[in-house]
Amino acid sequence: MLSSTAKNLYWMGRYLQRAKTTARLIEATQRMALQSRGKEAEGVVAIFGMDDEFRQRQSQDGRLSDLIDFLAFDENNPSSIVSSIGSARRNAREERNNITVDVWESLNGLWLELTAKLRGNRATLDRGALIETVKKQSVMVFGAAQVTLLRDEAYNFFQIGAFLERGDNTARILDVKFHRLRPDGDPHTEEMDYFAWSELLACIGAVRTYRRIYRSSLDPKRVAELMMLRRDVPRSVHHCLWMVDLAMRELADAYGTRGEADRLAGELHARLRYARIDQIFDTGLHEFLGDLRTDVATLSTEIGRQFLLD
Amino acid sequence: MAAKTFDEMRSGADGSIRAPYQGVSRWLDSTSPERLAATRHEVDQFYRRHGITFGAYGAAEGAETTIPFDIIPRVIAWDEWEYLHKGLVQRVRALNAFLADAYGEREICRAGVIPEQQLLMNAEFVSMAQGLKLPGGVHAHIAGIDLVRVGEKDFYVLEDNVRTPSGVSYVLENREVMMRLAPELFSARRVLPVANYTEELLATLRSVSFSDSHEPNVVLLTPGHYNSAYFEHAFLADEMGIELAKGSDLFVDEGRVFMRTPRGPQRVDVIYRRIDDAFLDPLAMRPDSFLGVAGLLGAVRAGRVNIVNALGNGVADDKSTYTYVPEMIRFYLGETPILQNVPTWRCDKADDYKYVSEHLAELVVKEVHGSGGKGMLVGPTSSKAEIEEFTLLLKARPDNYIAQPTLALSTCPTFVAQGVAPRHVDLRPFVLSGKKITIVPGGLTRVALKEGSLVVNSSQGGGTKDTWVLAPDAQ
Repeated sequence: MLSSTAKNLYWMGRYLQRAKTTARLIEATQRMALQSRGKEAEGVVAIFGMDDEFRQRQSQDGRLSDLIDFLAFDENNPSSIVSSIGSARRNAREERNNITVDVWESLNGLWLELTAKLRGNRATLDRGALIETVKKQSVMVFGAAQVTLLRDEAYNFFQIGAFLERGDNTARILDVKFHRLRPDGDPHTEEMDYFAWSELLACIGAVRTYRRIYRSSLDPKRVAELMMLRRDVPRSVHHCLWMVDLAMRELADAYGTRGEADRLAGELHARLRYARIDQIFDTGLHEFLGDLRTDVATLSTEIGRQFLLD
Repeated sequence: MAAKTFDEMRSGADGSIRAPYQGVSRWLDSTSPERLAATRHEVDQFYRRHGITFGAYGAAEGAETTIPFDIIPRVIAWDEWEYLHKGLVQRVRALNAFLADAYGEREICRAGVIPEQQLLMNAEFVSMAQGLKLPGGVHAHIAGIDLVRVGEKDFYVLEDNVRTPSGVSYVLENREVMMRLAPELFSARRVLPVANYTEELLATLRSVSFSDSHEPNVVLLTPGHYNSAYFEHAFLADEMGIELAKGSDLFVDEGRVFMRTPRGPQRVDVIYRRIDDAFLDPLAMRPDSFLGVAGLLGAVRAGRVNIVNALGNGVADDKSTYTYVPEMIRFYLGETPILQNVPTWRCDKADDYKYVSEHLAELVVKEVHGSGGKGMLVGPTSSKAEIEEFTLLLKARPDNYIAQPTLALSTCPTFVAQGVAPRHVDLRPFVLSGKKITIVPGGLTRVALKEGSLVVNSSQGGGTKDTWVLAPDAQ
């Protein structure tokens, strides 16, 4: 397999995951906006670190539909859903010979539907329905990958891309939203905004999961624990880095060599695996997540250096 | 030439349906126009979903359009194919002998058959290829020979393509689609399969490795997804299970070619390149090329890697060399040419130039190095102003043009907006040469979708058809 193939599949995984996260995030934010008076739009843009870009494009009164258009359908925003799907499709198109027809068709189908709808009349565009389509169809793409791709090197690079992105996304969402709700980072509190915290869980689709696991009312510390440390929650940071580590080990076994990327993947996985939530809050959640995200970025660079030769 | 156009379905004796088309004719009679239209629509959806696209240069919405596929197959009888097959093998053998000679001793020039300047002064002659000794002496491993038909027994070679002929993916995909759409047609007539093309192609590529390795590593070198034929590159690499590489995926170290992989460099033995000569190696050819591999041609010359097709093949398929092909067949093989050339005037000859400039309205005039149906004049369908304009072009550079009579290309029934109507077609069979010569039955039929048009190129609005060669017992 060529290094450029590894690279394309890695980025295909990342972009696809980014689009999926964004779709879910928009849905959760939309619900939140209907139930509380907070300026949720700004918080969401902060997750992507794009406050300035958004403010420049936003109309005067700051409507929610501006936010959705910016995050979902703005082709000038490189992180928007339509840009991400477009990039994932470009990566896939370059690797038509290394992915299955099922993966290609589901991804290409999503792109065709999305761009066709966006070329139509924006005034009558059903934004909610289109976001729903993105969510459903990207699950289909991941499903097709899961069911049909050969479990070879290429598959592992796709997995690493998708899970690295997903873990990073969850860490970002938690970091930004937690500190909007608790600017001092203190999880202990008397009154708490139930809707805001359940919306935070909804961003990773884990409201019911929380109930199943804790069988208790919402507690900020437990919300953070679920999103970061629960290995059994498929969007938790721990689960994602575990999957990255597994895929890295499969590659190391196949290639018979190990490097800095392998060490870092193992170290990150272990950090999440053996962390305790109380300790994290003692030293500061924001600091912990900040370090984590820096290291995830370093891991991405090291993977590039070790395998992708960019 | 022939005043009356030959229709491959209807020009039987006394206007009856010709034997090979009996099945297709019955199918057309028994299928409603609505059903045909619905089928046509299904096909378009299928091609788009599968991303079987073709990026015509300069297309407005940029990247991707599909080549129109016509759902009515073109049918060739077994005895017709047998004849074409023999002629194609003969022609490609001669072209390969010529290429080996052109970059070797140039016996054919010494014998006075082809003037040496025809070779050495040719813009397509690549001096880097001088003295190349290639496995099996093969230069044109993949040849696309464009044929036209003007009568029951009259076939002509319109041109030879021995650089990087494209279109074979449509041969394979068109058949897949046709079998899906009209399985009943296949059960009635025995149609020879084409699906083994990629298997034969891989065998051909492996057979021309310089190394003795039993598992030579073959890669397909593409300019990338902006290229109009990118779909075909990906398709062929996928079907053969080989890597689809861009120039940046390969590098040369100590005279050997390697590909970059996550496990480290891996040796490459044969490169099926879909990049033009000029862009192959920035050190040897165009220095501004980002598509090629620095040092590649040195590795080829050192016999460390083989490239398919070979370097400098353009000298054999430009339109002025074309006129010599029958002579090549006599000279190298000592045989009488089976397939005929279209009579051709070469405007660099004073007599020919005079005739051509006086008869522009009747002739087809083409650039010697032109391709894709561009830069040509089709006299009978051109306006007075167009002809006058072309007269000036011709006068400025006579040596840049050849002229041929306007052939009445055969027609086939084709599904167009008004229903089923005859449209002009040509045929490009693909000839594979390695240890042996292989031709998958049929080839690519291109059809001019505009009424009366003779230009079948996909870049000029042509479409394609599934091409059937009927088995001997299906006659």
